[in-house]
Amino acid sequence: MPFACIFVPDFPVEALLRAEPELRSPPLAVLEGKAPLQTVFAVNENARHAGVSPGMTKLQIETCAGLVLRVRSLSQEAAAHAALLDCAQSFSPRVETAGCDTIVLDIAGLQPLFGPLPKIARALARRATDLGLKTNVAVAGNPDTAALAARGFSGVTVIPEGKEAEQLGSLPVEVLFGNPAEESAQLLETFQRWGIRKLRDLAALPDVALSERLGQAGIHLQKRARGYTSRTLVPFEPALIFEEVIELEYPLVLLEPLAFLLGRLLERLCARLEARALATQELRLCLELENGWQTEDFSSNNGGTGVLARPGRAQARLFQRTLRLPVPLLDSKTFLKLLQLDLKAHPPGAPIVKIHLAAEPVRPRAAQNGLFLPPSPEPEKLELTLGRIAGIVGEDKVGSLELLDTHRPEGFRMQRFAPGEPLASRKYPSPQRPRDTEEINHPRATDSAVPEPALSAAEGCLCGYDLVTALRIFRPPIGVVVTMRDGKPARINCPKKEIQGEILWAAGPWRSSGDWWEQKGWARDEWDVAVQGETGIALYRLVRDRLDGRWFLEGTYD
Amino acid sequence: MSSLPLVSAAAPGRFVAVAAPAWSTLVFQRFSAMPKLAGVMPASRLEVRPAPQMVPSGIREIDTLTGGLPRGCLTEVCGPASSGRTSVLLAALAAATQRQEVCALVDVSDAFNPHSAAAAGVNFERMLWVRCGMGWQKSGSPQRHGVTEKKIEKPVEQALRVTDLLLQSGGFGLVIIDLGDTPLKMARRIPLTSWFRFQRAVEHTPTVLFVLSQVPCAQTCASLLLKVSGKKLSALSCQRSAETSPTHAQLLNGLQVQGELLRSRLERKPAGSVTFATKVRTG
Repeated sequence: MPFACIFVPDFPVEALLRAEPELRSPPLAVLEGKAPLQTVFAVNENARHAGVSPGMTKLQIETCAGLVLRVRSLSQEAAAHAALLDCAQSFSPRVETAGCDTIVLDIAGLQPLFGPLPKIARALARRATDLGLKTNVAVAGNPDTAALAARGFSGVTVIPEGKEAEQLGSLPVEVLFGNPAEESAQLLETFQRWGIRKLRDLAALPDVALSERLGQAGIHLQKRARGYTSRTLVPFEPALIFEEVIELEYPLVLLEPLAFLLGRLLERLCARLEARALATQELRLCLELENGWQTEDFSSNNGGTGVLARPGRAQARLFQRTLRLPVPLLDSKTFLKLLQLDLKAHPPGAPIVKIHLAAEPVRPRAAQNGLFLPPSPEPEKLELTLGRIAGIVGEDKVGSLELLDTHRPEGFRMQRFAPGEPLASRKYPSPQRPRDTEEINHPRATDSAVPEPALSAAEGCLCGYDLVTALRIFRPPIGVVVTMRDGKPARINCPKKEIQGEILWAAGPWRSSGDWWEQKGWARDEWDVAVQGETGIALYRLVRDRLDGRWFLEGTYD
Repeated sequence: MSSLPLVSAAAPGRFVAVAAPAWSTLVFQRFSAMPKLAGVMPASRLEVRPAPQMVPSGIREIDTLTGGLPRGCLTEVCGPASSGRTSVLLAALAAATQRQEVCALVDVSDAFNPHSAAAAGVNFERMLWVRCGMGWQKSGSPQRHGVTEKKIEKPVEQALRVTDLLLQSGGFGLVIIDLGDTPLKMARRIPLTSWFRFQRAVEHTPTVLFVLSQVPCAQTCASLLLKVSGKKLSALSCQRSAETSPTHAQLLNGLQVQGELLRSRLERKPAGSVTFATKVRTG
């Protein structure tokens, strides 16, 4: 049964390089600890050549020319480990974590899917590279041999069945001890004193003599060196959490470099989601702001909630935005543009020191349009267009509308425009259905029942609908001065709309009221009036608010 | 005959009379040899622009008059207040949404009445409503956090930008610009280049660009220009002197609208007019 092992050399360095890939070429040292007692925790190959090694103090390495120093980031290491798990899970569901930098996976039965073992190993290495990690991949007949080979050999290694001892023999004994524990250090010192440098030396020792001196631990190490161990893999089922973090060295002030970093994070996130054959419908951006900025909750109309920073106190320092999409998408460029538009509309208001981006995984969209269906906008383009339009007219001024079950004027609300949703998912309340309305006067003779909109496609003409006289609304209603005669409006004066003169004809009033049990109750009389204008006679709807007695021009019939 | 020179040596620049078929072949051979005139082809070989697909406007009488609304073209409907132009708009919107097309309404003066639209049969799930208004345009790049420079943007300017975005996005079956309540002075100030840009954007697409205004604005860019007027209201205006006031049912129920075809660039049609009636179903 073959096993593969993915090992990331210098894992803390690689975790940082995922966020800053341009640091791959210069010598880089990762520091740990509190200043001024910082010590080197990990170095890359170039820094190692320059003489820098883990454990050195910051003072010792400051003389090294061209050395780049970074502080260890546990959150970035966690994100890198999650990416490593995604890489392994994209090939096999049986995955074991043997440390943050090592993943062992069972690849039995994958040959028909991915090809022979060397091809699988190369594909694993390539997928890890796509996720921003430079790895060693080894394939062997048991998990321990695969792990030793991945730690010892760089690149891709495939150990054939029965040649484990031969292949592992050239490795130093240090590869047997992954973590520098005290017990491991003692065993390693013993091996050094015995003159055992390579695994082949350890494998050649007599079993009984080794057992007498080192006990079962020595026998186990020898078995590993010979490649004879046999154990059951302990599968690990990681939670589907897709988060990426960048901790910045200096506070970020401009939106442009922020977009640059967001683009990197989104590419990583999309690559991880793609590796798991998933997409996302919700992106959560959390920006940690510089000290000394206070947060304040507010909610945006498109479903997102944000925290706006203000100077003064240093209690909370987070700025959060949530981007919800109508359909699952997996396009980093679209996400970036949407985040840019959102941040333009809602700027953080303070310099940024840490960027945290998370994606909610969902199954990708599996839809195929019919041949004879009319074309509709592509979801990605539509989202971008809606975001841009919201930037022009405001978030609450764009979308589709939903009628509310009320006779209150302006009885509708704006909602997110999502034409791709199933037609039966929403219900139209019928405007004529009384619920919170008290019709006092006789209803209009011509106000017949409004039918529900037909959802079936009509060929040619409006099925079941007549041409209606439309009303154009004045928003907000225009205040007018009305002179009454015999209980009817006789003269109107509206300087704003240049409507002035005798009312030629008036019909009404149609009296309605509602919400009297609430604070925002309303009661009004409606009149339909004809007034002579410059271009001819125009028909208006005139409204008297019965609560305060004021007259308004609500709209014009057109 | 074909070996005769196209331009005689004695009189350079003057064409020599040759037999018609051979002459034309020779001319185009010579033209194709000249780099500047390489694209010249005979008129008989020019591609005939296919007639645009017509879609129903939702009003049978208008369809009879115009043949429907042309896809990939700009259609303009103009008329004064209370002339029935919004009823025509709602009918077109209802017909398009019932064909399951995605529609967009750029409402310059935020005058759209959802209850009238529901009564007309508009499917709101397929309609994007953009409500323009006096707004602030952010400017200045790069931008510091929290520091934004702003300038006042008028509704018409907003509408033009929004329409640009919608047409560039593509996929919409009907895009409506409602300039019905925009003052004439502002509507006439819309540059002709904007209309040309819109026309070019919808060309070769299945989008119907529908403009509603008080007076014709798009000028030559409009492939179809329709003028509507309230017939019964005109009659009422004439009757004013007779001191005969109509009843409510006489006036609002069966409000007659007259539609007049002013221009159609799609095919040569005689100018004509139709009359149709509306019913009062308002919210």
